[in-house]
Amino acid sequence: MEPFTFSRAADPAEAIRAGTAASTAQQGAEVRFVAGGTTLIDLMKLDVETPRRVVDINHLPLAKVERTSDGGLKIGALVRNSDLANNAEVKRDYAVLSQALLSGASSQLRNMATTGGNLLQRTRCVYFRDTATACNKREPGSGCSAIHGFNRNLAVLGTSDHCIASNPSDMNVALTALEATIVIRGAHGERNVPIGDFFLLPGNTPDRETVMEPGDLITHVLLPPPHRGARSHYLKLRDRASYEFALASAAVVLASEGGAIRHARVALGGVGTRPWRSPEAEAALLGRPAERATFAAAADAALRSAKPCSQNGFKIELAKRCLASALSTAAA
Amino acid sequence: MTGNRLTRRDMLTVAAAGTGALVGGSLSTTAASAAEPAATGQGLMDISLRVNGAEHRLSLDPRTTLLDALREHLRLTGTKKGCDHGQCGACTVHIDGRRVNSCLTLAAVAEGADITTIEGLGDPDRLHPMQQAFLEHDGYQCGYCTSGQIMSAVAMLKEPWGGSDADIKEAMSGNICRCGAYKNILAAIRQVRSA
Repeated sequence: MEPFTFSRAADPAEAIRAGTAASTAQQGAEVRFVAGGTTLIDLMKLDVETPRRVVDINHLPLAKVERTSDGGLKIGALVRNSDLANNAEVKRDYAVLSQALLSGASSQLRNMATTGGNLLQRTRCVYFRDTATACNKREPGSGCSAIHGFNRNLAVLGTSDHCIASNPSDMNVALTALEATIVIRGAHGERNVPIGDFFLLPGNTPDRETVMEPGDLITHVLLPPPHRGARSHYLKLRDRASYEFALASAAVVLASEGGAIRHARVALGGVGTRPWRSPEAEAALLGRPAERATFAAAADAALRSAKPCSQNGFKIELAKRCLASALSTAAA
Repeated sequence: MTGNRLTRRDMLTVAAAGTGALVGGSLSTTAASAAEPAATGQGLMDISLRVNGAEHRLSLDPRTTLLDALREHLRLTGTKKGCDHGQCGACTVHIDGRRVNSCLTLAAVAEGADITTIEGLGDPDRLHPMQQAFLEHDGYQCGYCTSGQIMSAVAMLKEPWGGSDADIKEAMSGNICRCGAYKNILAAIRQVRSA
């Protein structure tokens, strides 16, 4: 691990001031905020992250889950994954989020990991984590070792010729289906970013993963009021039953009325370079009866643009079945 | 029966001490080369850690994890270093009563919190019920993951899990046992849970 100086931010302004001194908020940033540390300390041990300054933000007053005036939820960035998963209102109104959180990592890691940190979780691509290999995300311009290498667990949607790294988070998939908004405070004040705009496609700049700028601090995540009559579900498929990243996962929110689907939100995990919202699947569901044929058509639509590499072609069929099954559970 | 239990316990104490000394010794060499600062004149930090109710003032490199602080600086070697990347659970301790991976926690971040390690749970003469249950059910083979398993199991019983075996298995999935003592670990936890 490279040497760094350590300090504790007394308030958000102090953290933002410290972060603004960095040239980027992305990979390679000289200043890093630490909360749970479950991604950051891991990557610092691997010399993938080499901040010169680490700012402890655990003492900022951002650890509450509150109802908003419109009936939605305001989740503090420092709310731990385990607390959010077990929050009574989340379990009741946003079941898909609770299920996604509880399917991720281990109990110990969920006790540490925060809402804000999970949003910024880094890929598990083995080449990203190994500084001896080429990786455009870690070292722009060095090449991608994964495209012709070990790519079994990597993305088939949203990839580019420069990067096929998958976003590993479960929480982000649920937040995408729930149309969450990320509240960011930075050097120029506060802004709200819809989650669909927060994550960037890799394109020519896979090192740039989000819209975060130097000094930006995620303070909250906002959830809209739960859709009336909707049911939600998260299904995760993986190589072992627990404590493993998704090969494919699906977060769905579904409401039917008069025999037809009236509201559908679909997001996929494990298969996309970012948490993958599928408007194609949603369009295939709307107005159709909630039955097996509809779900199969939606699954086909969701994966239509999928582009496999040498080892991950199986994910396309896996993700289709995953989505069809999740929809069927939500409709039951 | 009681005599048998004492013999078993004595054997474990000796075995655990031996394992700790041998493996701890070899790991500390690795840890020292990886975790100690190069001769760059990097400053040390004064950090206070409250471990098992006792306050300790330490002067540490900011890179020191809570795990290394416990093992290398406070000589509390009951907490084990397995993967050092949050993947095995051997380093599980409690921070303010909640189980965490001490390998991914900077010591500086843990300042001000109540840290509990296996040494603070019980001792050979007054075992915690979970330690006693692991003995009775033979919930280990080599013993290296055991302190993490026990710390995890104790915290688990305070968390909102269901009562089935499947729930216990899911709740304990963050603790890997390469000897495969899972069946007996499950039996031990089940016993304490229903006590």
